[in-house]
Amino acid sequence: MRLAPIAAAALGLALALPACGTGAPAPEATGEITFWDTSDATTEAPAVRRLIDEFNAAHPDYTVHYENVPFADAQDTFKTAAQSGDGAPDVLRADVGWVAELAALGYLAPLDGTPALEDPDDFLPTPYSSTRYEGATYAVPQVTDALGLLYNTELLAEAGHTEPPATMADLKRAALDVGERTDADGLYLNAADGFFLLPHYYAHGGDLLDTEAQRITVNDGAGVAALEEVLDLIESGAAARPALTDTYATMQTAFKEGDVAMIFNGPWAMGDLRAGSAFAEDPANLGVAPVPAGPGGQGSPTGGHDYAVYAGSGEAEAAHAFIRFMASADTQAALSEELGLLPTRASVYEREEVASHPTVRDFAPVVETARPGVWIPEGGTLFEPFTKQLPAAVSGSATAQEALDGVAADYRAALGWD
Amino acid sequence: MATTLSPAPGAPPRLRPGRGGGGARAAAGRLRRAASRHFYAWLLVAPVAAVTAVLIGVPFARGLYLSLTDATEATVGRTVGADEIPAAYDVVGAGNYLAILSGEVGEFWPRLAWTVVWTVVCVACHYGLGLGLALLLQRPVRGRAAYRVAMVLPWAVPPFVTAFTWRFLFNQDYGVFNAALGAVGLPAVPWLNDPFTAKVAVIVVNVWMGVPFMMLALLGGLQSIPREHYEAARVDGASAWQRFVHITLPGLRPVSAPVVLLGTIWTFNQFPVIYLVTGGGPGDSTELLVTYAYRMAFSGIRDYGGSAAYGMLILVLLAAMALVYQRAFRRGGGAW
Repeated sequence: MRLAPIAAAALGLALALPACGTGAPAPEATGEITFWDTSDATTEAPAVRRLIDEFNAAHPDYTVHYENVPFADAQDTFKTAAQSGDGAPDVLRADVGWVAELAALGYLAPLDGTPALEDPDDFLPTPYSSTRYEGATYAVPQVTDALGLLYNTELLAEAGHTEPPATMADLKRAALDVGERTDADGLYLNAADGFFLLPHYYAHGGDLLDTEAQRITVNDGAGVAALEEVLDLIESGAAARPALTDTYATMQTAFKEGDVAMIFNGPWAMGDLRAGSAFAEDPANLGVAPVPAGPGGQGSPTGGHDYAVYAGSGEAEAAHAFIRFMASADTQAALSEELGLLPTRASVYEREEVASHPTVRDFAPVVETARPGVWIPEGGTLFEPFTKQLPAAVSGSATAQEALDGVAADYRAALGWD
Repeated sequence: MATTLSPAPGAPPRLRPGRGGGGARAAAGRLRRAASRHFYAWLLVAPVAAVTAVLIGVPFARGLYLSLTDATEATVGRTVGADEIPAAYDVVGAGNYLAILSGEVGEFWPRLAWTVVWTVVCVACHYGLGLGLALLLQRPVRGRAAYRVAMVLPWAVPPFVTAFTWRFLFNQDYGVFNAALGAVGLPAVPWLNDPFTAKVAVIVVNVWMGVPFMMLALLGGLQSIPREHYEAARVDGASAWQRFVHITLPGLRPVSAPVVLLGTIWTFNQFPVIYLVTGGGPGDSTELLVTYAYRMAFSGIRDYGGSAAYGMLILVLLAAMALVYQRAFRRGGGAW
């Protein structure tokens, strides 16, 4: 196995690490901890389990119990367990959008100055920003991701475009050309999901909120221009008329089957897409480019996951040692090489075996221009109002301004801001 | 209570009617008599009654209390490891209820209107189709047992499997229904994109799921109607329709009344179909009261007070409905 040498290196480094810095080998305390992993149970979890086995073997005094918790339920389950004071894990793999909320509720332990936060300067600033809440660090970045423009090279070429579109205007032109000159649609937008709308917001220089001024900006001029752009793409026929239920799955299927030439999606989708009939035989047909720019800028939202420690964990030392291992450059490199996860440490991108992974290679430029999200306790509720309000705009029964005013009203109720 | 089994010293071995005593004594005597007569029944029921009181009563009381407060996930007391975070919420009395009923929070009235439409249409279809199928399966046909098993199938499939399957069937671009429409040259219907067709779609799914129960219950009811009634009617020259209206329907009453009530309550609170087929969408057009209460309770920082009040309102509505319904049936000479 190609993993073996890296695993051995990681193991060796992990063994050596506690000794450096302190001068004398620090005596390890004993501790048993539980880790809730929210990664995909079939594609990702086996690699994580192997790393945990390595950690357990290298640290006989610590024991990590692994539990795979479905991502969709994990936040709820964790909150329920944390609040009752019973059954919460010591370490949680948390979505970047959860950290501020969990920290605000008092469920996460600050990690500044602990061994968990090794070499923080090495972390990419945008994913690292997700771990901060009110001046303290509550998590350690595991993996980062962002939306890119994924395209079917053949279909674009058939429509006369050898380069992926770099601006929103080019995007519309290329999509219309695909619609005219091929059997496929040009573009499929996940139109009812606010997260997938953010590239348009950034293209117009807007954002959902101005957290510093505590102002709701979702329905200001830039926001309306962003949504109008989306509606125009659909109305003009550049983008297929999206299904409003199962939008994401329908979009994936359409792109996989070669029924549509371009979509916005992230690195998590690459494995699924490469298995589709449009790309299975010719992986090079699947192109990835940064999301197009607009008059006001360019950027896509940051996603990803962090490791966090439950504030009620009685085994902080073991938890810190475990996170230090999981967030180390070697572990990130191992996960990246095997699964194509995008590392959160700048130094890991310099390693040849990581940089040559197709997903990392394609998405590294995308992640570089990704924007930090709005890391506030209510961050988890910011996209739901879009799901409620956008269908009316997409089906033409409300204007962009009306739909976004509805979103802003929901934000006002949730945040108490102006 | 213990008097019948082991007479306490000084107490009469067996209580006699409180002859010559005062009113209070008479009442106490009656009570004691009733207690002693049903002592054994009370003894048998006591553990279940106690468990039920705890299992239902405690959460109910807690929910009622929370509905009168502004408690959220951030303000309830909690223990995080060694840290004891004290509760920081206030009792707001009817505040939550007023906010919901005035439409300030939770869009109660439009949700209620759609929930009522949904319930009435679904239960009517359940009952109508269930009765029709039961009448068909009541007749002697070859392979009747196999038909009966087949008709129960939708009930045996777990709701989430049903919901996901139907959602896929309704898919605009890759679903079976639109493929079938396309095959006969008809345009595709954006089933779950349009509020009206989405409502039709969720009703279809729920009817599919609910008919087997009605059918089975009514089939049981049909079989309990004595054959002689039909024979006598036939001798008197009653038509098939007359027999149906004057024998079958009244004969089914003892079964129909409770199953319609049950079906109404289930449908009113039908969570999985809406949540899994449309997610309440498009927009929030198919959201029922109960899925809305879930959203209040579990999205973002949980609003315990508001969602508890929402839940209490649902409970009050259903309790009132059940009461009126039962009264109406009793007045109409129903069997219960």
